[in-house]
Amino acid sequence: MSKRKLKETSSANGECISQVQRILRERFCHHCTTGKLFGIDQQYKHLLELLKRTTLHGESNSALIIGPRGSGKTTLLNHVLKELMEIKQIRENLLKVHLNGLLQTNDKVALKEITRQLHLENVVGDKVFGSFAENLVFLLEALRKGDRTSSCPVLFVLDEFDLFVHHKNQTLLYNLFDISQSAQTPVTVIGLTCRQDVLELLEKRVKSRFSHRQIYLMNSFDFKQYIKIFKEQLSLPAEFPDEAFAQKWNNNIQVFKVLNTFSRKTFKALRAYKLMLALRNVTVHHPLVAVADLLEASKQRSVDSQANIVHGLSVLETCLIIAMKHLNDVYEGEPFNFQMVYNEFQKFIQRKAHCMYNFEKPVVMKAFEHLLQLELVKPVERPTVRAQKEYLLMKLLLDNNQIMDALQAYPNCPTDVKQWATSSLSWL
Amino acid sequence: MNTRQQSKRIYAWFGRPTSSDRKLRTLQYKGFLIKSERSQTETCIQIGEFVLVEGENADRPFVAQLLDLYEDGAQQKHAIVQWFSHITEVPQNKRKLLKREIPRQEVFFDQVSGYDTDIAVETIIKSVTVIPLHPGETLPIVLNTEQTFYVKQSWDGKCFKPLSPDTFSKLKEANKKRGDSPKFLPKSPLYPLDVICALEEETERVVQSVTKNKDVEMEIESKHSASKSSVSKERHSRRIANGMKTPTARKKLQLNSPTKSPQSKLSGQDVLELLDDCGAASEPSATKRKVKFTGILGSPPKMSCRNDEPKSKFGSAECEQSLSDTIRLSPYIKARDSSKEEKNLHMKEDSICLIGHQKVGSVSPVLTPRSHRKCALRTSARIAEQISLLNILEAEKEEDFLPSSDASYSSSEEEENEVLYTPKRNSKSRRLFSTPKSSRKSSVHTPAKTPKKTPLPTTPKTPRNATPEIPKRSHVAQKPANILEEARLRLHVSAVPESLPCREEEFQDIYNFVESKLIDGTGGCMYISGVPGTGKTATVHEVIRCLQQAAENDELPSFQFIEINGMKLTDPHQAYVQILEFLTGQKVTATHAATLLSKLFCTPGPKRKTTVLMVDELDLLWTRKQNVMYNLFDWPTQKHSKLIILAIANTMDLPERIMMNRVASRLGLTRMSFQPYTYKQLQQIISSRLSNMKAFEEDAIQLVSRKVAALSGDARRCLDICRRATEICEFASQKNTSRVVRMAHITEAIDEMFSSPYINAIRSASLHEQVFLKAILAEFRRAGVEEATLQQVYHQHVALCRIEGMQSPTVSEIMAVCSRLGACRLLLVESSNKYLHMRVRLNISQDDVMYALKDE
Repeated sequence: MSKRKLKETSSANGECISQVQRILRERFCHHCTTGKLFGIDQQYKHLLELLKRTTLHGESNSALIIGPRGSGKTTLLNHVLKELMEIKQIRENLLKVHLNGLLQTNDKVALKEITRQLHLENVVGDKVFGSFAENLVFLLEALRKGDRTSSCPVLFVLDEFDLFVHHKNQTLLYNLFDISQSAQTPVTVIGLTCRQDVLELLEKRVKSRFSHRQIYLMNSFDFKQYIKIFKEQLSLPAEFPDEAFAQKWNNNIQVFKVLNTFSRKTFKALRAYKLMLALRNVTVHHPLVAVADLLEASKQRSVDSQANIVHGLSVLETCLIIAMKHLNDVYEGEPFNFQMVYNEFQKFIQRKAHCMYNFEKPVVMKAFEHLLQLELVKPVERPTVRAQKEYLLMKLLLDNNQIMDALQAYPNCPTDVKQWATSSLSWL
Repeated sequence: MNTRQQSKRIYAWFGRPTSSDRKLRTLQYKGFLIKSERSQTETCIQIGEFVLVEGENADRPFVAQLLDLYEDGAQQKHAIVQWFSHITEVPQNKRKLLKREIPRQEVFFDQVSGYDTDIAVETIIKSVTVIPLHPGETLPIVLNTEQTFYVKQSWDGKCFKPLSPDTFSKLKEANKKRGDSPKFLPKSPLYPLDVICALEEETERVVQSVTKNKDVEMEIESKHSASKSSVSKERHSRRIANGMKTPTARKKLQLNSPTKSPQSKLSGQDVLELLDDCGAASEPSATKRKVKFTGILGSPPKMSCRNDEPKSKFGSAECEQSLSDTIRLSPYIKARDSSKEEKNLHMKEDSICLIGHQKVGSVSPVLTPRSHRKCALRTSARIAEQISLLNILEAEKEEDFLPSSDASYSSSEEEENEVLYTPKRNSKSRRLFSTPKSSRKSSVHTPAKTPKKTPLPTTPKTPRNATPEIPKRSHVAQKPANILEEARLRLHVSAVPESLPCREEEFQDIYNFVESKLIDGTGGCMYISGVPGTGKTATVHEVIRCLQQAAENDELPSFQFIEINGMKLTDPHQAYVQILEFLTGQKVTATHAATLLSKLFCTPGPKRKTTVLMVDELDLLWTRKQNVMYNLFDWPTQKHSKLIILAIANTMDLPERIMMNRVASRLGLTRMSFQPYTYKQLQQIISSRLSNMKAFEEDAIQLVSRKVAALSGDARRCLDICRRATEICEFASQKNTSRVVRMAHITEAIDEMFSSPYINAIRSASLHEQVFLKAILAEFRRAGVEEATLQQVYHQHVALCRIEGMQSPTVSEIMAVCSRLGACRLLLVESSNKYLHMRVRLNISQDDVMYALKDE
C-alpha cells in the first residue's frame, strides 16, 4: 500500500520534474524571449528607441552591439524585436534581414540572402540570378528607389559582424552604411559582435559612414546581483501546473541564499551551461536541487581535460611523461626527442631495476607513439620522411602541475614512480 | 545595331563631284552609296533625302535630312544635315509643353542651335521617309513604322512651333522628289548588268589573289593614304572611294563568291555561265577574255612585280584601281607581254558597261513605265556628266602627275580614259542591287519583303529589366512631433540642406571647371581628394544640381550626368557596364561595354551631349594593368568625346602613389583637395541645418564642433553626435522640462561614441579574467618581452591565486579564460592547437591594463 502510494507520488513527481526540466532547459538553451533581462535596461531602451524611430519615422540608423560571448547580445535584440512586434503599426511595417557572418562568408552569398529575405527574387520571376555584379546593382537599385516617407523600413541584423569586415573591400558594409546615411529606403543596420576593436577594422570611408552608435553589454554584476539572477532563472513560473511542487521548488531555490559556498570562482562563466549539468541530477528520487549538486556540476565543468587523459595511461606511458618532465626541467622547456626520453627512462630503470620491468626499446617507442597520438606530446615541426622517428624533436603539452596532480589521482601508481616524479635525483 | 554590323557598311560617293572648292579642298557630291556587307546590297542616298544617323543609343538613331555632301582635304566624307528630334531628345521638363501624347514616329523639325550639323557620312545608317503633316492631322497608319516618320512641329530648344509654310513645302517637295526618282531599278531582266557586276568582282578577285594584297595591308594603306598629302587629289579620292568598300568586301567575295549575292541569286557558277552567255551575245571575243584571265592567274610573279610599283607610288592599292594602275603603268615597267591583252579586256568591259547602260534604259520602262523617261534621262545625263568630269579630271591629273615624258604615256592615257569608267560604272551597276530596305520604300515590285522587315511583336519585357522595389509601408511615417525630433531629422546626414555652407570656394572651383568645359564643348578631368566626411560628393552633387538648373534655363548647353562609385562595383571593369547602361540603356558584358564606350567617345558623333561623369572612390578602380583608369582618363582627351570626369578619392597623392605615369599624366593636374572642416565650419554647418531652431545651446554646438574638428573634421561624425545628443536629451528630460540639448548631453554622446571600450571591458571582466591579465603583466615584466606562452602565464596565474587565496584554476579553465579574452580582442592569441605553447600578447597597452585593474 505504502509502496504503491510512493509509486504514485513518484510518478506525479516525475511528471513535474520532466516539466521543470523542460522549462528550465528552454530557458537556458534557447534564446527564448520569455525570460527577463538583467541589468541592461539602458541598452534595451536605447535599442528599442532606435528601432522604433526607424519604423515609425523612417529614420535610417546604424548601431553595433558589442559584448563578450554569452553576454546576451542576441537575447537583447530578440527581446527588443519581440516588444516591437507587439505594436501593430510596426509589425506590418518592418522588413527584417538576418545575416550571419559564419553563414554568409562573402558578399555574393550575402547579397543573395538579402534578396531572398526581402522577397525581391519574386520580381525577377523564376529566373536564376545572374552575376554578382548584377545582384549588387539590382539590390542597390531596389534600395535607392525608396524614400524616407513611403518605403517600408528594412532592418539588417548582422550577426558576427566582425566576419563581414573581412569581405573584399567591405563592399557590403559600405553599401549598407551608405544607404543608412543617404536619403534612400530607410534602413537600420545592427551589428552583433564580441570584438571590442571592431571599429578599427573598418575601412576609413566605411567607418565614416557608420554612425558610431555602440551598445556595450558588459554584465558587470556583483555577487549579490548574480545570486538574484540565478534565483530568478531557476524559479518556476507562476503558471506551473502543480502548485505545490512549484512552491516547494521555489522555496528550495530561496534556500540557496546559503549559496555563498557557491564559489566566486564560477562567478562569471556561462551560467546556462553550469545549470544544465546541475539539472541533470534532478531525478525522481532526488527531486530538489541541492548545493552539492551545483558544486559537483561546477567541478565537472572545471575538470582539466588533459589531466583526465593522463589518468588513463599505462605505467610505462606515465613513466615516459615523467621522463619528459625531467627533461623539461633540465633543459628549460627546450624540445627533446625520443632518444633523450628513452635514455632518461633507462637511467630510472637501472636505478630501480628491482621493481620495474625493463621494456624493450620498440615497446617504449610504441608507448611514445601512443602519447603522440593523444597529443600529449607534439612534434615541433612537421615530421618528414627523412628524419628518423627517434630523433624527431618534440614538446610536451603538459604542465608540471598537471602532471603532479594527475599522478596524485592516478590509481595504483607505483611508489617509486611517484618518487621519481617528484625528483629526478638518484639518491632520493 | 552593334559595332559589328556597323563595321560592315561601306560608303562610297555616288557620281562625280558636282563642284569643288579648291581653296577649301572640298568636293561636293550629290549622293553616296551605302553598301551593306552582310546582305551584299547597295543603297543610294542623295541630297534632300531623309536618313537615320547612328547615335549613342543604337536603338534610337537620329533622324535627319541630308542637305549637303562633301569630301574634305583629308578625304573624309562629310554631310551637312538638318536634324529632326525624337521626343526622347527633348528635355523631360519641356515635354509637357506639348500637352499631348507623342507617338513614336513623330519627330520635330530641329532648330536647336547647339547641334553640330556637320557629320561624318559613315554614321548614316539608311534612308527613311519623313512626311510633314499639318498640326491638326492625325498620323496615317502605316505598316513599317520604323521607316516612316512624321513631322508636325519644330523645336528650337525652348518651345514647339508649328512648321513654317516654307519648311513645310520644302519638306513636302523633298519627299515628292524622292518618291518620283526611280532609285531602284528593276532587277529581274538585267542579266547583263548582273554579269557586269559579277565580272567586275571576278576581275577584282583575280587581281587580288594574284597580287597578294592582303586585306589588312589594304586597310592600312588606305588609311595611310588618307593622311598623305595627295599627289593627285582626284585620283586619291577616287581610290579611297573605292577603297572604302574593298577590304572586307573582297574578302567576302573570295570566301563566298561561289554562293551568291542575295539579290541576284547567282552562284559563282551562274555568273561564269552568264558571263559566257553574255560574252557570246555581246562580245565576240568572250573566250579570249577568259583565256586572258587564266593567263593572269598563271603568271603571278609578273603581276606582283608590277603591282609593287603602284603600291609604293600611290600608297593605296585598290583592287580595281591596281588593275588599272597596272595597265596605266605598264609602259613604265615594260610589262609588255600582257598589257595588250589587258587593254583589250578593258575595252571589252567598257563596251559591256555601255551596253549595260543602254539596257537599263531599255529594260526599266517595262516595269516602271512612269519612271522610264526620267530614268533614261538621268542615265544619259549621268553619262554625259561623267564624261565631262572625266575630262576635267584628266586635265588635272596631267598637271599633277609626274610627267614621265614617255611616248607610251599618251597611249595609256587613252586607256585610262576608258578605265576611269570602271568605278563609276561599277557603282552604277551596283546600285541596281537594291537593298531590301530601300526597295520597300519606293517600289511595289517586292512586296514580299516588306512583312519580313516589319518589327516583330515586341517581346515581353525581360525580367532582367524589371525594376525591383522595396514594398511600400502600410502606415504613413510619423511626422516629427516635437522640436528635438525635428532637429534630429534635419541633422541626419541624409537630409539634403538647401545649400552647402563652408564649401563655397571648392564649389566655385568645380563649377567653373565644369562650366567652362561645357561651354567649350571639350572634355577634361578633375581630381578631388579629401578625408571622408568632408563633403566631396555632396559638393559635386550640388555643382551638378546648379548646372542642371542652368541648363534648364538655357544658360548652358545641356549635358548628362553619370555617377559611378568604386565601392558599388564588384569589379573595376563593371564601371564600363554601368556607364554604358547610363548612357544608352544597354546591358552588355564588361569587355563589350569597353569597346562600345571607346567607340562612342573616340569617334565623332552627331548631336552628342556633353557627359559629366563622377567617379567616386576612384582608388577602387585600380587594377594591375590599370586599364580601367587609363581608359577613363583617356577618353576626355579624345577630340570628340565631350566627356568631363570628376574623380573623387580619399588620398591626395593617389595619382602619384598607385597610378602608372601614363595614367597620372592623363588625369592631368587639375586637382583639388578638401581640407577637413575646422570647428568654425562645423559650427556653421550645424547651425545652418538647425536654422533658427532652439534645440541646441550655442555652447553645445561649439563643444561638439571643437571635439570633432580636433579628432577628424568629419561632418558626418559631428551630425551623428548631435543626433545622439538629442536622443539623450529626450531620455533625460522625460517630463519635458527643458528640451534643449546642453553641454552635458553632448559630452555624454561623445563619451559614448569615442570612449575606448577596453577599460570598461576589463573592469567588467570576471575575476579570473582579471587575474589572468595581471599574470600576463607580471610575466611580461619578468621576461622583459611583450609576449609570453600560455604556460608561463599559467604559472604566474597560479602564483597570483595563491597570494590572493583563491583556488587555482585548472589548465582547461585558463584556456577558456584566454580564449574569451582573445575573442574580445583584449588579447591577441595564436590558434589554440598549440595548447600550452600558444603565444599570448596584449592588444592594448600595459598601462591601460594597469589603470583598469588598479581601482579594483
